[in-house]
Amino acid sequence: MSGNSLLIPCFVAVPLAGAFLNSLVGRRVRALPEFLGALAAFILVGLSLMALQSVRADSVWVYQVGGWKLPLGISLVLDGLTAFMLVTVNAVAFAIVVYARDYMERYTSKDLFYTLLLLMLAGMNGVLIAGDLFNLFVFLEIAAVASYALVAFGTERHELEAAFKYGVMGSVASLFILLGIALLYGMTSTLNLADMSQSLAGHSEADLLLMVSALFLMGFGLKTALVPFHAWLPDAHPSAPAPISAMLSGVLIKCLGIYALSRIFFNVIGMSPRVLTLLMYWGALSMMAGVILAMGQRDLKRLLAYSTISQVGYVVLGLGLGTPLGFLGVVLHLFNHSIAKALLFLVSGALEYATGTRDLHNMGGLRSRMPVTHTASFVAAMSIAGMPPFGGFWSKLLIIMAAVEAGHLGFAVWAVIVSVLTLALFAGVMKNIFWGEPGLRWQGVREVPGCMQASMLALALFSLLSGTLLVPGIREKFLLQASAALAQGTNYAHMIMSQI
Amino acid sequence: MSLIVKTVTRLTAWLILLYGINIILHGHLTPGGGFAGGVIIALSFIHLTLAYGKDAVLRQLSKEAVHVWESVGALAFLAIALFGGAAGYFFANFLPAGEPFNLFSAGSIPLSNIAIGIKVWAGLFSIFLALVLLRINRGDK
Repeated sequence: MSGNSLLIPCFVAVPLAGAFLNSLVGRRVRALPEFLGALAAFILVGLSLMALQSVRADSVWVYQVGGWKLPLGISLVLDGLTAFMLVTVNAVAFAIVVYARDYMERYTSKDLFYTLLLLMLAGMNGVLIAGDLFNLFVFLEIAAVASYALVAFGTERHELEAAFKYGVMGSVASLFILLGIALLYGMTSTLNLADMSQSLAGHSEADLLLMVSALFLMGFGLKTALVPFHAWLPDAHPSAPAPISAMLSGVLIKCLGIYALSRIFFNVIGMSPRVLTLLMYWGALSMMAGVILAMGQRDLKRLLAYSTISQVGYVVLGLGLGTPLGFLGVVLHLFNHSIAKALLFLVSGALEYATGTRDLHNMGGLRSRMPVTHTASFVAAMSIAGMPPFGGFWSKLLIIMAAVEAGHLGFAVWAVIVSVLTLALFAGVMKNIFWGEPGLRWQGVREVPGCMQASMLALALFSLLSGTLLVPGIREKFLLQASAALAQGTNYAHMIMSQI
Repeated sequence: MSLIVKTVTRLTAWLILLYGINIILHGHLTPGGGFAGGVIIALSFIHLTLAYGKDAVLRQLSKEAVHVWESVGALAFLAIALFGGAAGYFFANFLPAGEPFNLFSAGSIPLSNIAIGIKVWAGLFSIFLALVLLRINRGDK
């Protein structure tokens, strides 16, 4: 196990290099921003597959930046969960960059778009590989600040308003997190996650730890947009250009919210039954509130944003169960939702591109006009709704089975009810947009350009086939490694410390 | 601005600039460094803009040039980190450390400070320019 490989820092260095090269020469050479963006994302997909290949369930990779030994120096850590998230994030990012090639033709300042997109990607990858709490925070802020700017990218009035709201709420969340980090640093005199975890194990200040937990739950709850901290999301996510909405709803809230929350609570502080119970109720509340609020929406992107709140509720419920089966469901649902929700936002972008509207009540009968978009949308909607054999079915099934197994029958029934409501919601969406008689108004509508189609079809294929990730032989490499990283709890610190 | 402000600015802008450069170059020896020095350099430019107006400054240093410097600073910092990677570790100090407390010591750290200084100077100054230009555009409507 070589800790010397440059592979791990490349996850940050490649997108940063792409971003700043873009801002340096992107304006001068035509088509260079698209090329640099696609190249960086492609390299990152390759690197993340290499990382997945090299990581094993019983060990971690620790990279000591600058050669400074732990726990003094900055460390970057690659374990099963990190590798899983890296593959998900970078694969979705690549699909989005391909899609954006045609979609962003209507916008100006494409060099700035790709610069910000790559900066956001660098921030997300940085959060995933950070081995200490302060770097995690810094990368979290890089991703968040880039996303504030991207939400405002269209610079229309409502976009600026949404970005401002998002910026304020995001900063409040960051402040909670920073205060939590400061208190933890005061308690343990270290920022390294592994060192901190070992130091906390011998700590008796339960009250202070409770305060820190509350701060982190509020901070990351805001970043994850769990009810009642969700108010910014339905404004922010729909206001961005469609590829960015896909990135925000698909992967950003999972990196900045779910991943950071579970890394800190499961692997560093150590999960307490109280927090687990809170997470279960919190997830259940978000699931139901998200889907009910989504039902009242006419704007497709707003509806999708509310549905994100609901689906993230499933993930949080699964985390709260705290069992290995629950964790397996969590990681599979993270993957499925990343792909399917990104795809649905891309579909909404395609519809807006072709028809100029996002109003559900204005569309109808577009199936014959836009067959590829229809197919992609159908697969993604059914995956989110949890219909077999689409990916979402398997992950929801796992979470429901885990709830039954853990003796929480009420939560299992609740999850089934939300799933039925989600199905009703998306059946309505499909009917309103694609099915029925094509209106005269949409006679001239044509299918979107090739890159957008290719990207949507690729994501649809992943969404359709993601159930196969559970096949023995494949699941060990991708899913079980990730869920094992959550299930190991504070043993994480021993794994890291044994590497040096 | 009045003659007094302009005269005082003419005398002090250079001092502030040199002080910023001094802070950056001595970043590895004394408190301060790339970030603090970059902020001070940006302040000297902001000082000039406030006293002489944006046109006088933008004639000497265009918005695009600031943009280029910002990217160059970031890329230089990344390049130093990657050179370290070639020498063993990402961000490793690949140059000889020299005598402690000498100006030419500490290997690649002064170079990193200079890169950060450029990035911070250009970044802050372009934020200031963006605020100035945005306000003027709104005034036109």
